[in-house]
Amino acid sequence: MSPHLSVWRWHVTMAASIATRVTGVGLYLGALILAAWALSLASGPEAYGAFKACLGSPLGKFVLFGMSLSFFYHLAAGVRHMVWDLGYGMKVQQANVLSVASFAFAIAATLAVWVIAGMVGAL
Amino acid sequence: MGKPDFRTPMSRARGLGAAHHGAAEWLSNGLMAAALVPLTLWMVFAVLRLAQLDYYGAVQWIRSPVNVSLMVLTVVIAFAHMHHGMRVVIEDYVHQRLGKLGAVALSLFVSGLAGALTVFSILKVALGGA
Repeated sequence: MSPHLSVWRWHVTMAASIATRVTGVGLYLGALILAAWALSLASGPEAYGAFKACLGSPLGKFVLFGMSLSFFYHLAAGVRHMVWDLGYGMKVQQANVLSVASFAFAIAATLAVWVIAGMVGAL
Repeated sequence: MGKPDFRTPMSRARGLGAAHHGAAEWLSNGLMAAALVPLTLWMVFAVLRLAQLDYYGAVQWIRSPVNVSLMVLTVVIAFAHMHHGMRVVIEDYVHQRLGKLGAVALSLFVSGLAGALTVFSILKVALGGA
């Protein structure tokens, strides 16, 4: 453990940076669900039905909810990094606002998608 | 200068830097990430649509040229992006030479294999037969 980790207090840009990594690693596992979807589709109706039943179970929905939250956060973080890479938003206060906005977007977009999913009968 | 160049004048003058190709790698990864913004947003709509369809509906859906093209593009770029991201995380936290090499190679094999299986499965269904 590096010594600087125990003397720094938490601040929002630090939390945003760590969350980008954590959600990225989570989405790595989520992509394996995508691979399973494609494999089951190629294996025929029975395998595809089993795959859909698995994702439609309470545990499957819980995992998918986590994946959608991770996805929207990672998306916002990626856009935030593009803004920084272009040389904007580098002042402390701007960086803080961008970080808070990423978290807010992730929560709002995730809830919106799940509400839409419920309305169109996708759940 | 004229054209945008992400190398600092000092790195050009010295010819040093991350194995001499850091800037190009950084730029291509940025472009892949930028491409994933619209592609993955499309994927959210695709997942919502697929959740409403059974097997036969999903087969019909993936046989649309637009859907299969966007799906394959998304998968290829996303799996490349995943491997790059995982590699950065491993290189930051695994400091033993052999452990680092093994972990990066494992990530490459996992993302490469999963990516290949996904693309060929999608193409098999989309091109008929099944």
